[in-house]
Amino acid sequence: MMQIEEKFTFETWPASPEKATLEAKNKFLGFWLFLGGETVLFASLFATYLALKNRVPENSHMALAKDIFELPLTFVATMLLLTSSLTSVYAIYHMKNFAFKKMYLWFGITILLGAGFLGLEVYEFNHYVHKFHHTFTSSAFGSAFYTLVGFHGGHVAFGLLWILTLMIRNAKRGLNLYNAPKFYVASLYWHFIDVVWVFIFTVVYLMGMVG
Amino acid sequence: MSTNTQRKGFGSTLWGFLTTVDHKKIAILYLIAGGFFFLVGGIEAMFIRIQLSEPNNHFVSAAEYNQIMTMHGTTMIFLAAMPLVFAFMNAVMPLQIGARDVAFPFLNALGFWLFLFGGLFLNCSWFLGGAPDAGWTNYASLAMNSKGHGVDFYVLGLQITGIGTLIGGINFLVTIINMRAPGMTYMRMPLFTWTTFVTSGMILFAFPPLTVGLVFMMFDRLFGAKFYEVAFGGNTVIWEHLFWVFGHPEVYILILPAFGIFSEVFAMFSRKRLFGYSSMVFATVLIGFLGFMVWAHHMFTTGLGPVANSIFAIATMAIGVPTGIKIFNWLFTMWGGSVKFTTPMHYAVAFIPSFVAGGVTGIMLASAAADYQYHDTYFVVAHFHYVIVGGVVFALLAGTHLYWPKMFGTMLNEVLGKITFWFFLIGFHLTFFVQHLLGLWGMPRRVFTYLPGQGLDTANFVSTIGAFLMATGVTIMLVNIVMTTVKNEKVSHDPWGDGRTLEWSISSPPPFYNFKQLPLVRGLDAYWLEKMEGKDGMIPAEPIGDIHMPNSSFIPFMISLGLFIAAFGAMYHAEHSNWAFPLMFIGLLITFGSMFLRSVKDDHGFHIHKEELMNDNKGVEV
Repeated sequence: MMQIEEKFTFETWPASPEKATLEAKNKFLGFWLFLGGETVLFASLFATYLALKNRVPENSHMALAKDIFELPLTFVATMLLLTSSLTSVYAIYHMKNFAFKKMYLWFGITILLGAGFLGLEVYEFNHYVHKFHHTFTSSAFGSAFYTLVGFHGGHVAFGLLWILTLMIRNAKRGLNLYNAPKFYVASLYWHFIDVVWVFIFTVVYLMGMVG
Repeated sequence: MSTNTQRKGFGSTLWGFLTTVDHKKIAILYLIAGGFFFLVGGIEAMFIRIQLSEPNNHFVSAAEYNQIMTMHGTTMIFLAAMPLVFAFMNAVMPLQIGARDVAFPFLNALGFWLFLFGGLFLNCSWFLGGAPDAGWTNYASLAMNSKGHGVDFYVLGLQITGIGTLIGGINFLVTIINMRAPGMTYMRMPLFTWTTFVTSGMILFAFPPLTVGLVFMMFDRLFGAKFYEVAFGGNTVIWEHLFWVFGHPEVYILILPAFGIFSEVFAMFSRKRLFGYSSMVFATVLIGFLGFMVWAHHMFTTGLGPVANSIFAIATMAIGVPTGIKIFNWLFTMWGGSVKFTTPMHYAVAFIPSFVAGGVTGIMLASAAADYQYHDTYFVVAHFHYVIVGGVVFALLAGTHLYWPKMFGTMLNEVLGKITFWFFLIGFHLTFFVQHLLGLWGMPRRVFTYLPGQGLDTANFVSTIGAFLMATGVTIMLVNIVMTTVKNEKVSHDPWGDGRTLEWSISSPPPFYNFKQLPLVRGLDAYWLEKMEGKDGMIPAEPIGDIHMPNSSFIPFMISLGLFIAAFGAMYHAEHSNWAFPLMFIGLLITFGSMFLRSVKDDHGFHIHKEELMNDNKGVEV
């Protein structure tokens, strides 16, 4: 088993640094299991959204899913987030090759894309509230929509802060077996957020626009 | 040598427990906290039985009764049974697989403190305007109309506790998958470890739906959302689904570790290998799987329709099959064995008929058509107390006697243990058997009183007498614990003399690093195998070397405290926005600040060096 405090070079860096120590192995597996729990969490949110979709007070003429969602905005947001998942793959690729600076570059791009997505989401929510009076408290549909999409947005925000914290903390000391697994699980989390978005895009936006 | 083992004095002992990340100390914390809440829930039960001992009684008011009844259920399930199960999992499972600690010692401590602060928050409701009063199931149709903050205490308190449980589940899963000693294959794991494994998996998938249901209710009651507001398009049946998608696996989460404890007890005190070990493992996994397929049998009368009801009825009855496999395996374990009637064995033997009785009423309730008759009567109350008390509580009492020497290094008095057992057993059947009849005679559950002359008086009185017998039994056990602790007669590593698994091969209590050298496991019942070959210890699987240990930390306490404070802020923000919002902010700042600190502060742990271990006589003897 390799030592956590050891200094590495490109030649001595192990093939799978995210699993090189027992602590790292535990972290790796534990995080996968955590994502399993998160999956059930989002499944519950999706199920509730489907049950409450378009459920507004009777005779209220409130805006429904087909009225409020617009494809262009969602498309741009989707592209930003999907691309950020790809850039985080590049970052981990460079982590595995002990290319610290390149890893930082790609994580930096990931953060910018993620922040762009989050900015669009804030704009989008603001737009729905002001144009359609579709709010968190206006109807069961509103509560379910903002909770599902907002939980995802909260995950994006948390993921951004997490990766940023890791980058600032480790900026001056390069890669080692203590921080490599940390970068790795943060990227796993980022992929998970991306996968959830694919479902939100399909279930909420695409299915919403067809009625 | 770490300073942990050499500290003295109350202050440093307390600080030791507040910052510990050692699974054995966390087990003791779970045992104390869970035991405390068990007593609180027990007192609530006594209030219920006193109130119902005679018709038209006014011992408590209707409103107080609703609170007591709600808190009895909530406390017993979430704050007593769960943590007591976790106490034994923490105390025993890492030792059974030959590990030096759990996979995430820090998270282990965090899980405990989240549970404790959640439980304390829930019980603060008694002093702050009234406890939750919508039943432990907290159905939205009732809970949304509950005045005051009682239900908010429920929602926020369980939220905090639930996170702790989820963390614990992930931790045990990783521990069992990654940290088994050399030779400890899956099919050599003791049954208690297996049930811990399956239970932890169930926790991982069952708790998120509860979290979601609670979040919805928190949003509705405190932040104006409309999930359960029918006038705004909401739907209260969503709560029922989310609650029972969690709630039914939850009862298996409780009973599987109980099965695990009894499997250890039967094998130990029959002095025989567990009969049908592989079928026991199979049955455990199958119960874990089917446990997720049956939640709607709690909702037969909700109106899901005959097709849904039939499917869930059949799935429910199917669970009787693996459970039956287990019952027969336990009986056959005793068959031909040299049975020793110790206190744990008393509970194990009494468990079989008690639990089977609960299983039989379970099949009756699973028949959807018949359930319309039993629904919301005392028949249901009798059923779930037969499985939960006759199964889980018996196992926890058996486990307390069985593992007390391993946790504290001294043995509970056997005579007092058996007296406790007889009081508890007789009291239990007296209390709950008549409740089947009360239910069939038409007494609804959750009523605070009943009228005289309806044929309910005698049975209710008998039931109350039974409750007092159970309380007497528990009191005798407390006396036993105090006496044992005062006497503090030290015992050896294998105090029962019949230990089969690895935890009995190391000293009682074990050294803080558990195993000086990881043991080599050569088969099921690893320690028993060595004993049968005349050795009194395990063959080491490694030379003596440095041992890596985690550092203690106060951060888990702070993360949990922050959520406790934030919950008060969230609850009072509507009527006291001037101080409640800042309070919520401060609480969240403490929590996230502590998490941030944990993230940026390197924590490499420390090493116990080889030379120190050489001088230490504890651990595995070669």
